[in-house]
Amino acid sequence: MASGNGLNNNGKQTYTISAFSENHIGLLNRITIIFTRRHINIESLTVSASAMKGIHKFTIVVNDTREKVEQVVSQIEKLVEVLKAFYHTDDEVIYQEIALFKVPTRSLLEGDELEATIRKHNARILEVRPEYTVIEKTGYKEEYLDLYEELKKYKVLQFTSSGRVAVTRSSKELFSNYLKEAGEVSVVYENN
Amino acid sequence: MKEQLKTIKKKNIIRTTGADAIMRSLIGEGVDTVFGYPGGAIMPIYDALMDHNDKIRHILTRHEQGAMHAAQGYARVTGKVGVVMATSGPGATNLITGIADAMIDSTPLVCITGQVASSLLGTDAFQETDVIGISMPVTKWNYLITKQEEIPEIMAQAFYIARSGRPGPVLIDIAKNAQFGELNFEYKKCIKLRSYVPKLKPDKEKIKEAAVLINNAKKPYVLFGQGVILGAAEDEFRAFIEKSGIPAAWTILGACALPKQHPLNVGMLGMHGNYSANIKTNECDLLIAVGMRFDDRVTGDLKRYAKQARVIHLEIDPAEINKNVRADVAVIGDVKETLPILTGMIEKRSHTSWIREFRDADKIEYKTVISKDLYPKKEGLTMGEVIRILNEKTRGNAIVVTDVGQHQMITSRYFNFTNKRAFVTSGGLGTMGFGLPAAHGAKIGAPEKEVVLIVGDGGLQMTIQELGTINQTQAAVKIVLMNNKYLGMVRQWQQLFFDKRYSETYLLNPDFIKVAEGFGIKGKKVIYRPELENAIQEMLDFTGPYFLEVNIEKEDNVFPMVTTGASVSEVILEPKK
Repeated sequence: MASGNGLNNNGKQTYTISAFSENHIGLLNRITIIFTRRHINIESLTVSASAMKGIHKFTIVVNDTREKVEQVVSQIEKLVEVLKAFYHTDDEVIYQEIALFKVPTRSLLEGDELEATIRKHNARILEVRPEYTVIEKTGYKEEYLDLYEELKKYKVLQFTSSGRVAVTRSSKELFSNYLKEAGEVSVVYENN
Repeated sequence: MKEQLKTIKKKNIIRTTGADAIMRSLIGEGVDTVFGYPGGAIMPIYDALMDHNDKIRHILTRHEQGAMHAAQGYARVTGKVGVVMATSGPGATNLITGIADAMIDSTPLVCITGQVASSLLGTDAFQETDVIGISMPVTKWNYLITKQEEIPEIMAQAFYIARSGRPGPVLIDIAKNAQFGELNFEYKKCIKLRSYVPKLKPDKEKIKEAAVLINNAKKPYVLFGQGVILGAAEDEFRAFIEKSGIPAAWTILGACALPKQHPLNVGMLGMHGNYSANIKTNECDLLIAVGMRFDDRVTGDLKRYAKQARVIHLEIDPAEINKNVRADVAVIGDVKETLPILTGMIEKRSHTSWIREFRDADKIEYKTVISKDLYPKKEGLTMGEVIRILNEKTRGNAIVVTDVGQHQMITSRYFNFTNKRAFVTSGGLGTMGFGLPAAHGAKIGAPEKEVVLIVGDGGLQMTIQELGTINQTQAAVKIVLMNNKYLGMVRQWQQLFFDKRYSETYLLNPDFIKVAEGFGIKGKKVIYRPELENAIQEMLDFTGPYFLEVNIEKEDNVFPMVTTGASVSEVILEPKK
């Protein structure tokens, strides 16, 4: 794996937390409060739809000890609107991030060096205008940061990257099995 | 048949306003008492209240914080959901301390706040505050209603969430337009949310593992907390204790789960808990925690806490497992369900010599601390002797409410708790000012019971205006002010750990009896020991609310003490000479 196991010397490690929830206003805030209260930095956070209708997925990347992450995950799962939360080490998930670079088109035209760089890094060009060109790289953080280093000499006008998106390697679909039991209806009232 | 059902159902539907729907939702949940304070953004709801005042009694406090603590006191003694209403802005922000208190002490509450009209949200309108944002970290759940059609379902969810599982406070913010607007109202209680599992089903395998540990233990020790009370599992707990023969100690909020005089009750845990209860934690071979969360005030230094023992943790909230103390066996679920299964699996035992060890340690504490507190030979009055006389007069048959500080610890240590749900105190948050309004709420919730408030002169003055509320309801709260003219607990720490540098702990107090009388409440002051017993009798005999002030000696301190960062084995019985 390009990123290794992410373990560093104080027992901290990169974990990908995924939480599945109802789609309610304010839930993002309730989740981030759990981290801020414990003084834990969120490396990245992505909110998206999931494979299940009406269920939203939070993907949160943190660097901390297993013990802390376990506690945070049980606090997330305790939130009323969260159905289930999991945490995974890097080798338990397949994950990607996306980075966009905006560089002056001028540099593209001066020789074939830039083009070679883009090919080498398996990046692609999204848009070319007389003033600028937008390059996209999808991969691990280390990969797009390597590309960034090389692009710096062409004067990068803008650089941005997404949070991590991840799916588990496990062949057991823990959450969809859980949801089958939890049911299709999110709230049940008397005499329904 | 189907057609018939449809018409019956339709009969339950009425066309009404959002404000009226709030009242009907409360009635639908069986609410008969609400504590609150009106204001601009909640006026339609207060107007609708007038149409239902045959079913709902509203108690007008003198401050929104007073409404919160009153609702907490009410909820704690009745086991019902406490309900609070307040207006937007300052009305809502004044609730926050009480909400935080209810959150950490797991008290079921539904707080209803008015909000500016939804068209004005985010415009810094008059008395607009983001109360959803502010209350988020201290509520179990909260929700902003912007459309009246949401009212019945959200109210039903609010009550279901507040009372189920590990209870807690819920806040519902209602935009003013949704209070005025009309809807087709029909009330159905919420029975399930798919994203929320209030309690897991007992895992028999785990319980079996726990039973094996218990049956093989030589020195087992039970620690019990409020979970027993919240689960209404006092009888199940007692059956477990009596069959296992295991000595049991309590956290402050667990106080009433087992009568204090029960032969297996070995006392209070924690910073000012009993000597034996603390030191035996580091001598047992099995720790069985029942509905408690290993608060730092209970454990002292975690690195030196019960390291020799295996740990069984019976707890409803999965997030509490392994939070502070690692459990060898975690039994997740409602103790009302898990305890009887466990009791069925264990052998009947009596741990006579192990219990004798506790009682031997008790003798040391009695000689160095308790006898001096309860039967002082010095001139000044002690808090302990006031509680001793209360025990003699009430035989432990009273609901006792405290504020926060020295008097709180003394009351917990010495009052002979006999009945269920008879102790109301701010445990986790330690909120000064909690006592007076909470005692009022407790009396409203249990009018047939004697309710005695023990309060210090510092905390009393934080919510003293609630004397006005008590005068208005004439709820017969018996108020015992332990007046030492100091912020006593802080002063004690200054004496012990800050070279007697009494920074900002002296209070120049008012004439409390005049204040009480000004609020229309009869009062009496005791300065000398010979007057004390009769004064307490007189207070208890009085039919209405009563205010008894007792002058307490300044340097009456609380011992034993596990100081901050110390291990539970390092209990101090008296100050260093």
